[in-house]
Amino acid sequence: MIAVHGLRLRAGAFALEGISFEVPSRGYAVLMGRTGSGKTTLLEAICGLNRPAAGSIRLTGREVTGLPPAERDIGYVPQDRALFTTMSVYENLAFALSVRRWTKTQIDRRVGELANLLNIRPLLGRMPQGLSGGESQRVALGRALAARPSVLLLDEPLSALDDQSRGEMHALLKSVREQTDVTTLHVTHHVDDAEQLADQVLMIENGKIRETQSKPYEDHREIPRPGETSVRHNL
Amino acid sequence: MMPLARDTEQSTQRHVASDVPFVCALAVVGGLYVLLILAMLLADVAFLAPGHGSADIIRHPLNALSGTLANALAPLRTPEIRYALKLSLISCTVTAILSVYVAVPMGYLLSRFHFPLKGLMDAVLDIPIVLPPLVIGLSLLILFQTPAGRFVQRFIPVTYCVPSVILAQFAVACAFAVRTMRVTFDQLNPRTEQVALTLGCNRFQAFWRIALPEARRGVLTAGTLAWARALGEFGPILVFSGATRMRTEVLPTSVFLELSVGNIEAAVAVSLLMVIAAVVVLLIVRVAGSETSFGRAVRP
Repeated sequence: MIAVHGLRLRAGAFALEGISFEVPSRGYAVLMGRTGSGKTTLLEAICGLNRPAAGSIRLTGREVTGLPPAERDIGYVPQDRALFTTMSVYENLAFALSVRRWTKTQIDRRVGELANLLNIRPLLGRMPQGLSGGESQRVALGRALAARPSVLLLDEPLSALDDQSRGEMHALLKSVREQTDVTTLHVTHHVDDAEQLADQVLMIENGKIRETQSKPYEDHREIPRPGETSVRHNL
Repeated sequence: MMPLARDTEQSTQRHVASDVPFVCALAVVGGLYVLLILAMLLADVAFLAPGHGSADIIRHPLNALSGTLANALAPLRTPEIRYALKLSLISCTVTAILSVYVAVPMGYLLSRFHFPLKGLMDAVLDIPIVLPPLVIGLSLLILFQTPAGRFVQRFIPVTYCVPSVILAQFAVACAFAVRTMRVTFDQLNPRTEQVALTLGCNRFQAFWRIALPEARRGVLTAGTLAWARALGEFGPILVFSGATRMRTEVLPTSVFLELSVGNIEAAVAVSLLMVIAAVVVLLIVRVAGSETSFGRAVRP
């Protein structure tokens, strides 16, 4: 669950005032707004990368407003992906796990699961520099999901992709949602993303936020394809 | 004659002046400077060639070059110059390592954090760059004559001893290394470190695991720059360390000492020795750098 209450944020010339909303557990909220409306600023505040002037942020029932990003149990995919260029794809996926001192065997297994989920197994040995837009987006998503966060924060994850890759990513995000228990907040300015993915749409306008569409969460899990049962269990 | 249709087609096209003059101007301006550098070095080489001034250099360039090399290495026969070379190489390396150790955290601090008096700190860091090196030497000399300086010298003799050489080099060279590291960190995307924070790192881990590896080439550049700067340091060392043979004499001091007694051949020979030492070290660093950070960064 993501619960934001009475948040006030300053970012350069503008300020966000009285931002309150709630995304239920396992929900998928799409946050829309024009360029420069403060979407990224709000997302960064939930990540703990900038400090709100007032208000509170609760993630899965825990007050995190004053906590550093590392203690918030989140996965964050920034707009520019920001893959670690000195590390291979495998090391990018393993990063959160090695920080948490998982053993080599545990890391191997988890990276394997992520590679299957995101269909990036052939990329594991590559460096991020040579990846296509869609590929690096998958790696960034895998890196964010590696430590099984309870909240996933996506900043314009599909903005730089061609139509075909967007379609693939929509499908991928849906399957991630089906196979994990993560609560997602997805920032975008594409109506298409909201239509495809959201069960809750938030609009940010003139420093305020309003909810435009809300539907109860439907569990549209499909019958798992062969070989995926164990993966879902682990995720 | 061109067909009429083609003429009308062309008349609607916009004509843009050729890029050739611009590119030529760039090449000429840049080329002149490169020529000046090469001409200086060539003049040194020609000066040391056996029987310089004669037409032999042109007739037997290879012989002349090996003769030059032999003449450039000739000063190494004297123990004083051997000592100066050794002291130069050791003190420059120590200075470069110290500078990197200071410059990396300092550059990171200036690039990533906002704090009170940051502007002042930034301005102070420019002092060693803009101040005449001689003044730095004099200031160091005076500093170590103050009560605090004398107290330190009771345990470690500095003035007119080897530590003063390193300190004089460090005082100037480190400022260049700090500038280099700051620019390096400024050019790195802070977003990767932020992502590392969300993935469970504290700021030190994000710095150590993400920013520092990404800055590896900058670290190498900062170290090389400090090393080269230290090799050429002369004024502060002369004032702060003196020019005692077999004690505080570094290669620039040797050039100065030889020049002051009118021994131009030896001065040029030592200069070429410095050129050779600098080129060898730069090559080593470049090759080592290309095999680690650079090679990794461009690997497909």
